[in-house]
Amino acid sequence: MTTEGLERVEISVNGSTPAPAQRLLVVLPALNEQESVAKVIGEIRAGRPDAHILVVDDGSTDRTAERADAAGALVMRLPFNLGVGGAMRAAYRYAHEAGFTSVVQVDADGQHDPREIEHLLAVRDTDVVIGARFAGRGSYVVKGPRRWAMRLLSFVLSRILGVALADPTSGFRLVHERALALFAEHYPEEYLGDTVESLVIAHRAGLSVAQVPVVMRARETGVASTNPIRSAVYLVRVVVAVGLALVRRRPESEHR
Amino acid sequence: MPDLRLTIFSVVVAVAALVLVVELLRRRRLREKYAVIWVVISIGTLVVAIFPSLLRGIAGAIGIQTPSNLLFFGSLLVLFAVSLQLSREVGLLEEQSRRLAEEVGALRLRVDALEKKNASDAKPVAEPVVTPAEVEQRS
Ligand SMILES: Nc1nc2c(ncn2[C@@H]2O[C@H](COP(=O)(O)OP(=O)(O)O)[C@@H](O)[C@H]2O)c(=O)[nH]1
Ligand SMILES: [Mg+2]
Repeated sequence: MTTEGLERVEISVNGSTPAPAQRLLVVLPALNEQESVAKVIGEIRAGRPDAHILVVDDGSTDRTAERADAAGALVMRLPFNLGVGGAMRAAYRYAHEAGFTSVVQVDADGQHDPREIEHLLAVRDTDVVIGARFAGRGSYVVKGPRRWAMRLLSFVLSRILGVALADPTSGFRLVHERALALFAEHYPEEYLGDTVESLVIAHRAGLSVAQVPVVMRARETGVASTNPIRSAVYLVRVVVAVGLALVRRRPESEHR
Repeated sequence: MPDLRLTIFSVVVAVAALVLVVELLRRRRLREKYAVIWVVISIGTLVVAIFPSLLRGIAGAIGIQTPSNLLFFGSLLVLFAVSLQLSREVGLLEEQSRRLAEEVGALRLRVDALEKKNASDAKPVAEPVVTPAEVEQRS
């Protein structure tokens, strides 16, 4: 795959309505996901042969990058670990400069079902579309402090943004042109900032946010990070992240 | 009158600090923007070491009973300000290096794409050129 292909005008697959010529980039942040990354890429390919796929790998110690490359995705390798937020900001910047109009973020661990991308794309006239667990479909269960943290977060963010947000930390999200331009410049890269603060930033910039219920799968490989102490720490960090998002000034164009 | 030994001791420490700052400056290890504050602090320390009565005077003037408490309070404030400033600078530097890393990632992606394009453009793949020197090395 070369960037040449980006010049093509995409044609909507399921052309119920003549969709606007959409240039969709699917971004997979991936850290040590060699077992699942190729499979996820294959699934995305199957559902959306027209979409370009970018894997952002920042310091995996396994063969994630090679496998993604072999599976036909573009692979961005960052020189050191920047976390999901940093990886996504790099991806947004790249997408914006390469002329994509939409970016959908999908976990490389297989938790997000690529078939659900269609549901996100079906939402019109919204700048940020979040694929949400706990929003009716699916049966994803979380317990203990982590659950309280998510509840709290969901409640506070729903109040701030004025829309129901069942799962604000979901990394399954679609971003359209205006939000893409904003995030290319101002995407918070701190822990939880990428998911939580980014919504507040988008809202303050006058963009619209909506959620779509999705079914999420259990982690296919590797280990999910949950134990009671971690969850409690998570709760504290959630409170800090929301607090920071609220008191911080709107980002001015301080860079460039 | 304060003990002469104490005065000597504190003067020696203050002078050592001053010399250290000046030396770092001379070796360009200390940027000018930090130099001023460290020079001021070390000269201040020296002055107080030589004239402890000064400290007592100021402490009395603002109503602090024990002069040494003024010293502690002052140094605390200075250290707080300096470390806050350093935290700020570290944050700035981190942000800059992150931006650079992102930029590097994007550039590498472009280079990869270009190289692949070049490779496929030059379709009849040329035999890898091997210089006689390399042949010799291999055998
Ligand atoms: N590029 C990059 N990707 C990451 C990093 N940390 C996690 N990821 C990826 O982000 C996605 C979500 O991570 P995961 O640990 O499953 O988070 P969770 O689903 O919220 O529990 C996965 O595809 C990970 O490989 C990171 O530091 N850098
Ligand atoms: Mg996951």
